[in-house]
Amino acid sequence: MMIPDGIEDEEKWLAEGIAGIQHNAFYMHRALDANNLREVLKYSAQMLSELRTSKLSPHKYYELYMRAFDELRKLEMFFKDESRHGVSIVDLYELVQHAGNILPRLYLLCTVGSVYIKSKEAPAKDVLKDLVEMCLGVQHPIRGLFLRCYLAQISRDKLPDIGSEYKGDSDTVVDAVDFVLQNFIEMNKLWVRLKHQGPGRSREKLEKERSELRDLVGKNLHVLSQIEGVDLEMYKDTVLPRILEQVFPDEYHLQTLETLLGACPLLQPTVDIKTVLSQLMDRLSNYAASSTDVLPEFLRVEAFAKLSSAIGRVIEAQVEMPIVGAITLYVSLLTFTLRVHPDRLDYVDQVLGACVKKLSGKPKLEDSKAKKQVVALLSAPLEKYKDIVMALTLSNYPRVMDHLDNETNKVMAMVIIQSILKNTSCISTADQVEVLFELIKGLVKDLDGTDVEELDEEDFKEEQNSVARLIHMLYNDDPEEMLKIICAAKKNIMNGGPKRLPFTVPPLILSALGLIRRLQGREGDLTGEEVPATPKNIFQILNQAIEALTTVPSPELALRLYLECAEAANDCDLEPVAYEFFTQAFVLYEEEITDSKSQVTAIHLIIGTLQRMNVFGVENRDTLTHKATGYSAKLLKKPDQCRAVYACSHLFWVDDLDGIKDGERVLLCLKRALRIANAAQQMINITRGSSGPVTLFVEILNKYLYFFEKGNPQVTSAAIQALIELITTETKSDSTAPDAVSDPFFASTLRYIQFQKQKGGAMSEKYDSIKV
Amino acid sequence: MDFLVGAFKPPCNVSISFVDTKTRKQVPLKKDNGQTIMVPLFQSQENIIGEVLIEPTQGKKFEHNGVKIELLGQIVRELDVPGELFERKTYQFEFSTVEMPHESYNGINVRLRYILKVTIGRNYISNIVECQDFVVRNFTPPPSINNSIKMEVGIEDCLHIEFEYGKSKYHLKDVIIGKIYFLLVRIKIKNMELEIRRRESTGSGPNTYVETETLAKFELMDGAPVRGESIPVRLFLSPYELTPTYRNINNKFSVKYYLNLVFVDEEDRRYFKQQEITVYRLLES
Repeated sequence: MMIPDGIEDEEKWLAEGIAGIQHNAFYMHRALDANNLREVLKYSAQMLSELRTSKLSPHKYYELYMRAFDELRKLEMFFKDESRHGVSIVDLYELVQHAGNILPRLYLLCTVGSVYIKSKEAPAKDVLKDLVEMCLGVQHPIRGLFLRCYLAQISRDKLPDIGSEYKGDSDTVVDAVDFVLQNFIEMNKLWVRLKHQGPGRSREKLEKERSELRDLVGKNLHVLSQIEGVDLEMYKDTVLPRILEQVFPDEYHLQTLETLLGACPLLQPTVDIKTVLSQLMDRLSNYAASSTDVLPEFLRVEAFAKLSSAIGRVIEAQVEMPIVGAITLYVSLLTFTLRVHPDRLDYVDQVLGACVKKLSGKPKLEDSKAKKQVVALLSAPLEKYKDIVMALTLSNYPRVMDHLDNETNKVMAMVIIQSILKNTSCISTADQVEVLFELIKGLVKDLDGTDVEELDEEDFKEEQNSVARLIHMLYNDDPEEMLKIICAAKKNIMNGGPKRLPFTVPPLILSALGLIRRLQGREGDLTGEEVPATPKNIFQILNQAIEALTTVPSPELALRLYLECAEAANDCDLEPVAYEFFTQAFVLYEEEITDSKSQVTAIHLIIGTLQRMNVFGVENRDTLTHKATGYSAKLLKKPDQCRAVYACSHLFWVDDLDGIKDGERVLLCLKRALRIANAAQQMINITRGSSGPVTLFVEILNKYLYFFEKGNPQVTSAAIQALIELITTETKSDSTAPDAVSDPFFASTLRYIQFQKQKGGAMSEKYDSIKV
Repeated sequence: MDFLVGAFKPPCNVSISFVDTKTRKQVPLKKDNGQTIMVPLFQSQENIIGEVLIEPTQGKKFEHNGVKIELLGQIVRELDVPGELFERKTYQFEFSTVEMPHESYNGINVRLRYILKVTIGRNYISNIVECQDFVVRNFTPPPSINNSIKMEVGIEDCLHIEFEYGKSKYHLKDVIIGKIYFLLVRIKIKNMELEIRRRESTGSGPNTYVETETLAKFELMDGAPVRGESIPVRLFLSPYELTPTYRNINNKFSVKYYLNLVFVDEEDRRYFKQQEITVYRLLES
C-alpha cells in the first residue's frame, strides 16, 4: 500500500484522479452522444478505474467518488433508454460484467441494476440480492464502503417496500429489510477493518478516517427507518436482533448509537425495547472492558449522555413499562458507566438519581424481580470500586435505598457491609460514617413496620455480628477525626434498641479504647470548637454508651465493659475516672447481677481487674478491695465463696516492684478461705454423710505455696505443714471416698514441694522445714 | 512489353465459389499475413458444393494438363481432362457428407485448416493453383455428466481457501459461477484474479512444444478479505476467443483450458491454483 507522504501529495493525487475522470468522461460523453454503447462502456470503465486508487484518504476519496457519481447519473440515463443503445436491459446487465477490473465492473453493474429494477423485468429483490452479493468482491475497506454506499444510494428509491411500485408478490418488506441490513452488515465489517490497516499509519489518523466514514455506514440506518413496511413485529423480530447480532462489531454500535437510540423511544410499548437496550449496553460495556484502547472512542461519541437520555425518553414514552423494566435499564446503564467512565462518579450518581425519580411517588417495591434489580443496581458500584467510600459520596445512593422495603433494604445493607469487610476498606471520616449508617439503617435500627416477631434469630445475629465487624472498619489515624467517627457511630448505634446494643456497643467501646490507648498521656488542654480527643472526654462518651447497655438490660456485658474502661483509665493515670467505672461496675453487681453463676464470673472479673489497678490511692483502693472481698464472702455457694475469697488474697499482694504487699491481709483472706472450706466440708458431711473431696483445701494449699515462695512473711512453713497434714488426714479418713480430681491434684502438689526441696538453692532452703 | 508483362501474369483467373454462399454463415479467419477474411463455415458431414470459374486473361487460349479440385489432404475431384481452354469455363463440384471431425484451429504452433485447392496442371511451367479456405466447427450436445470443481487448498499457516466452480465443462458462451471461501488469511492480499489459460501442445515425445497463453484476466476481488469471507465468482466466457478443448488431434496436437486462481499480495508475490476445465461448442438451437 502506498502511504501518502503528506497533504500536498494527496492533493496532487486527487487532482490526477479528477483529471483522469474528466478525461474519460469527456470521451464517454462523446460516445453517449453518438449512442455508441461499446465506447460508452469502455470509457466509463476507464473513468471508474480512477476510483481504484489507494492513495487517498477517505475525505479526498469522497471528492473523487462524487465526481464519478455525477457521471454515473448520465450513464444511467443512457442505459435507461434502450432506443439509444439497442440492447435489452438483461443483456446490458450481462454486458457490463465483462469488465475485467472489479471495481468499475461493480459500479457499472449497480448502475445497470438500478435501471433493471426500474424496468421491472426482474423482481427488485432478485436484482438487489445479486448486487449486494456481488459487491462482496470489493474487500478493500474504503473502496468497498464507497461502492456499497453507491449501492445504497441508487437502490434507495427502489426497495420493494410496502406501497412501492417495486414490491413483489410476497415477503416484500422482508426483502427490503434484508437487503439494507446485509449491505449494512458488510459496510460495517469493512468499516471495522479500517482499524487494522497496514502499519505506518498513525492511530489518530486512522481514527480520524474512520470517523469520516462513520456517516457512510450510518446512512443505512436512515434508510432502514424509512422503510415504511417495517412494523413493530418486524422491527422486534428481525431488525433489532440482527442489528444486535454478534456479527455486528461493538464498535459499530458505538458509532451509530445516536441513530439507533433515536429510533428507540418512537417504538411502541409492545416492542421489548428494554431487552434490546439492555443488551446493547451490556455489549458495549463488555466491549469497553475488553480493551482500554477503545475508551476514548466512547468518550468521543458521548456514549453515556446519549444512552442516558435515550433511556430517559424510552421510560418517559412507555408509561406502561413495568418498574422492573426501567430498573433493568438503569442497571445496564450503570454497568456501562462503571466500565466506561470509572472516573465519573457523577455519572453513577446521575443514573441513581434517574432511578430515584422513577421510583419516587410510588409505593415501596413489591415485585421481587424489581427488588432484585435494585439490589443489583446498588451493588454494581460497590463491586466496581471495591471501596464503599466512593459509594458514600453518591448522594442518590441512600435515596434509592429508601425505596426498598425493609427486607430488601437489609439485604442491601448486608451487601454493603460484606463489601466493606471483603475489601477491608476503611471508613475514615465522620461524614462517611453518617452516610454509611444511613445506608445500613435497616440493620442498625428498627424500621417502621418491621414485625419483630418475624425475625429469624440466627439471621438477626448474623446481621448484627456483621454490623459489629463493620464498626471495626471505621478508622482514622487522626485522633480528632477518629473521635468524630466514634461519636457518629455511637449516635447511630444508640438508636439500635435493646436487641442490637449488646452486639454493637462492645465493638464501639473497644474501638474507642483503642483510640484511648493511642492517646495515652495526652492531656485535655487542647482547645477547640469541638470536643478534643482526650482520653477523659472519650471516657465520658463511653460511660454513656455503656449506661445504655445497662438499661437494655445487659448488665453482665456492661460490667465487663466498665472494667475494660477502668483498666484503660488506669493506664491513662486517670484515677477518678477509673474509680467511677469501678463504682459503676459494683453498682451493677449489686443491683443488676442476680444470677449466682453470673455473680461468680463477675466477681472474678472484678478481682482480676482490680488486682491490676495501680492508679488508686490507698483510700480508694481500700474501699474497692473491701467491697470486692465483701462480695466474695457473700456468694451463695460455699465453694464459690471459698474460691472468691482466696482470689481476693491477690488484691493485697501485687507482685510488682512497687506493688502493694500486705502479707497480713493476704493471710487473713487465706484463713477465711480455709474456714469456708471447712464449713463446706462439714455441710457435705451433714447432708450426705460422707466427706466431700478435698479439692478446695488443695487449692488453698497452692495459694499458700505461692505466697510462701513470693516471700510473704505471714505465710510460714509451719502453716503449710499444718495444711498438708490436714489434707492428708482428710483424705485418709474412712469417710472420704477416693476422688479422681482432688487426689492426683494433691499428689502433684506434694511432688512439687518435693521437687522444690531437692532442686537446691535458696528456694530449697526455704522449703527445707516442710516435711512431706 | 506486352509480352513481358504477359509472361509474369497468370494466364487465367481462377475463383472458387459455393453454391450457398449467400445463406451460409461466414466467420472471420486470420490469414498468415495477419489479415482477417471472412470464410464460409461448415461442419462435419456437410456437403460442400460450389463451382470453379476459370477465365483466361486477354482472351488468350492456354493449354493445360487437366483441372482438379481437392479438399486438401482428402478428396480429389478431376474437373477436366487435359486440353485447351479458350474461354471462361465453369466447373461444378460437390463433396458430399464430408467427414471433417476436427475443427479449424489457428494456434501458435499449429493450425488446422480446411482448404479447397484448384490445380490447373501445365507442362513445363508451374501449375496454376488457387485455394479457398473455409472453416469447420463441430457442435456437441451438453455433457451428461458435469461435476463441479471443489477443492480446499492452502499454504500452511498462510492462506487456506476453498473454491468451488459450478461445473467442470463449459460451453463457449457459458458463465463460470462459483465462490472462493477464505478459511485462513495471514498474507496481505491485494487482489484476486481468475485467469483463463490455454495450453497448446504440439508434437509428441521429446519434440513436444507447449505454449500457454492467458486469454482472460478477470479481477474477482479487490482488497484483503478476512477469514470467513466468501467471494462470488461470475465470469462470462463469451467475450473471450475460446475454442473447444481438443485432445490429441491426429496425434499431432492438443489444446486444453485451465482456470487459474491467482492471489497477489502487497509485495506483488503471486499465489495460484490451476484447474483444468473442458470447453465445448454447444449446439446452438
